[in-house]
Amino acid sequence: MSEKVKYPALWTTLFTIISLAWVFPIALVVINSFKQKAYISRNAFSIPTGKAFVGLENYTRGIKRTNLIESFGWTVVVTVGAVGLILLCTSMCAWWIVRVNNRTAKSLYLLFLFNMIVPFQMVMFTLSKIADMLGLNTPWGLWIVYLGFGAGLAVFIFTGVVKGIPQELEESAMIDGASVPRIFFQIVLPIMRPSVISVAILQAMWIWNDFLLPYLTLDMRRFKTMSIAIQYLKGGYGSVDMGAMMGCLVLAIIPIIVFYLICQKYIIKGVMAGAVKG
Amino acid sequence: MISMAGKAIRRWWALFALPTFAAFLIGFVVPFIMGLYLSFCKFSTVTDAKFTGIQNYIDAVSDKEFWHALVYTVLFTIVTTIVVNVAAFAIAYMLTKKFAGTNVFRSVFFMPNLIGGIILGYIWLLLLNGVLAHWGRSITYSGVYGFWGMVLLYCWQQIGYMMIIYISGLQALPGDVLEAAAVDGATSRQALFQVTIPLMMPSITVCSFLTVTNGFKMFDQNLALTNGAPSNSSELLALNIYRTFYGRAGFEGVGQAKAVVFFIIVALIAVIQNRLTTSKEVSA
Repeated sequence: MSEKVKYPALWTTLFTIISLAWVFPIALVVINSFKQKAYISRNAFSIPTGKAFVGLENYTRGIKRTNLIESFGWTVVVTVGAVGLILLCTSMCAWWIVRVNNRTAKSLYLLFLFNMIVPFQMVMFTLSKIADMLGLNTPWGLWIVYLGFGAGLAVFIFTGVVKGIPQELEESAMIDGASVPRIFFQIVLPIMRPSVISVAILQAMWIWNDFLLPYLTLDMRRFKTMSIAIQYLKGGYGSVDMGAMMGCLVLAIIPIIVFYLICQKYIIKGVMAGAVKG
Repeated sequence: MISMAGKAIRRWWALFALPTFAAFLIGFVVPFIMGLYLSFCKFSTVTDAKFTGIQNYIDAVSDKEFWHALVYTVLFTIVTTIVVNVAAFAIAYMLTKKFAGTNVFRSVFFMPNLIGGIILGYIWLLLLNGVLAHWGRSITYSGVYGFWGMVLLYCWQQIGYMMIIYISGLQALPGDVLEAAAVDGATSRQALFQVTIPLMMPSITVCSFLTVTNGFKMFDQNLALTNGAPSNSSELLALNIYRTFYGRAGFEGVGQAKAVVFFIIVALIAVIQNRLTTSKEVSA
């Protein structure tokens, strides 16, 4: 139902200007990443020429000071593992809750709903202590922590999907002698595929960018995610090495933009699936 | 009533429900209950807790900085909710019309949303300090500067997200109603305010509450952009709680009590939303 506007060229121009303003903060970081650090705080808007231009020095220093490559690796390990575990376990759990549908299942479901409205600050201290005691202060331990704290939204979305799947399909497969796990993995899970992708995107966006949970849970001497590594550049009350900071920011943004360009369609769908979250 | 399939599936609880439930106990249920209990205790780790009744809550509400952070957060939430939703709706409204480049514009507006709060904070630190340097000031000059800095940052981040939800809402509008309005001689302004916006109320409710809860819970951006400076005057509630816990020894109990208050406020907002949203499948 998209209707025509009166002056399409005018609107295109207007939105082009707004869009340029929108990407300006990022462009500014990219420009400054090639500047010598003293020039960054003195004049952020100058173009790096002559003495101010340092090539890729900020990048190499930034990578060295923050161990950024290593943190990138840990962020990938945490995100991929946690998202994978969440998808597998919560989709199974959601199916079990909907199909069993007795009092236990219903109270379990209510607990998961409750989880969605609790802010992280409420559990941050106790959760980080428990994770420490159980030895979950590693990237793979964090998979379990994320499965626990992030289960609510995933279970909520998946139960909504399972409720829409007709049960007759599963019953006839059962009469044909298929086992319960086989029914789930060969019949139910393929039907749930679109929502699995949406949940994967939603959880990946959250976990990749999360700061406080990994910061309080992980063993900081051994593992840092990218957000933590960048925050560590600032440290204490000392002045920040703005040069290294700019280099690290650009390097942290690049994977996100690449991911966005590849998966844009799925990301939009994921956002819409998450719009029910309150 | 339980179906035949249900009976068979129930026996498989150890495989299907237990892993999630076990992790849920570790990652949520136990920490939540312990947190609730510890808010009535004096402690520095979870093992040395001594019950002190409601002393922590008394200390929490008599803390001036807590009230400052609360008011600051409420103001922040009100301002950003209005700006984000008006701007996102306006942009979505225009970008569902026909002119060149709408798809590119949508992608651009949405992009900041994917970047993490810490990184966003430092991006805007550069930009805002660069601008303020003209007057020899910085973002940590006063709490008011920090406030508007965070408003700008948060709007920049959230507008694209809400725009996506509004666009899908606008695209799902029944075309015949709008046509009927046009046939009846409604101007496009009348159609917008009398037809489109009333029909869009479900999306507007969802987006408003998303902005309210996200704004209320904002932490990373606050930490990176101002870190509460100068002297805790730009502290949002989440940061205030965090710093009560980890910034002052002996105040862990007070921090936990503040966290419980924080949880109750956020939960109330969510419950009100649930009441107001008649249909959950608004934009899915």
